[in-house]
Amino acid sequence: MDASGLPVERSTKPYLIGLGLALLLTAIPFALVAANALPRFTTLVIIAVAAILQILVHFRFFLQISFRSTPFENLAALAFAAILIIFMVGGTLWIMFDLHHRMMV
Amino acid sequence: MTAGISTTTVSGVIPASAAQKYEEKAFGFWIYLMSDAIIFALLFATYVVMLDNTAGGPTGKQLFSIERAAGGTALLLLSSATFGFASVALATSNRLRVLQWLAVTAVLGLGFLFLEFGEFRSMIVEGAGPDRSGFLSAFFALVGTHGLHVSVGIIWIVVMIGQVSIKGLTRPVASRVMRLGLFWHFLDIIWIGIFSIVYLPGVL
Repeated sequence: MDASGLPVERSTKPYLIGLGLALLLTAIPFALVAANALPRFTTLVIIAVAAILQILVHFRFFLQISFRSTPFENLAALAFAAILIIFMVGGTLWIMFDLHHRMMV
Repeated sequence: MTAGISTTTVSGVIPASAAQKYEEKAFGFWIYLMSDAIIFALLFATYVVMLDNTAGGPTGKQLFSIERAAGGTALLLLSSATFGFASVALATSNRLRVLQWLAVTAVLGLGFLFLEFGEFRSMIVEGAGPDRSGFLSAFFALVGTHGLHVSVGIIWIVVMIGQVSIKGLTRPVASRVMRLGLFWHFLDIIWIGIFSIVYLPGVL
């Protein structure tokens, strides 16, 4: 994504690379859950890592975000949204599970 | 190839005032997507908080099918790539290819919705609708909001197929297709969260 808001990418290569990587990062967690071979916690960690990597792959190859071409304002909006999400989701889970824990004892 | 019908190509020199207009629209749409991401993030948080509140009703393990989740994931991921091919065709002013890839993307999106509505329908028939428990309310709110976005995206794709057919690859049309592309790729990113937080841990 660049500042123009108009199509600039003239090669299918980034989309094919993105598709390949995303398929791999999807297949790994699905296969692990289907096989159910590893301990539950290990599988959950691998699912989380694969999801974060796949989100980065989508950002880079599908949304075509890069530090070089993407305008600073767009990156700042993305970073701000990420900070809000971490505070709001993290805060929600912290408060609600803490409350749940206190109600149980 | 009928691409020559459109008189305005999307590449080439753009007057500064027109360029600024598209830049502002692209940035405004990006701000919307970021606020939408926050809505989804809080629906995810609600879902995780409600995970154990099944009120004696069915759990995710009893309801979710990994095969169906994998099918929906594959369709949506492929549709993100095919939209990318439509963007490339747009950059190279190949009108027929733009129409073809947009149509393929819409069909893949419809396939995804078919699986999702099938899942919702069978859950509601089994008595596991959104009114059954807090867990199911949160599930339908999260996955349903995503499905609603995909539905709107498909309507938007159909509208853009119409605009590309009638108006050609003019700059306003091209900039709309690019914003639709941001929307569509964004929905696929939300889906990564849904299969990683809802379906995979649910069936594990």
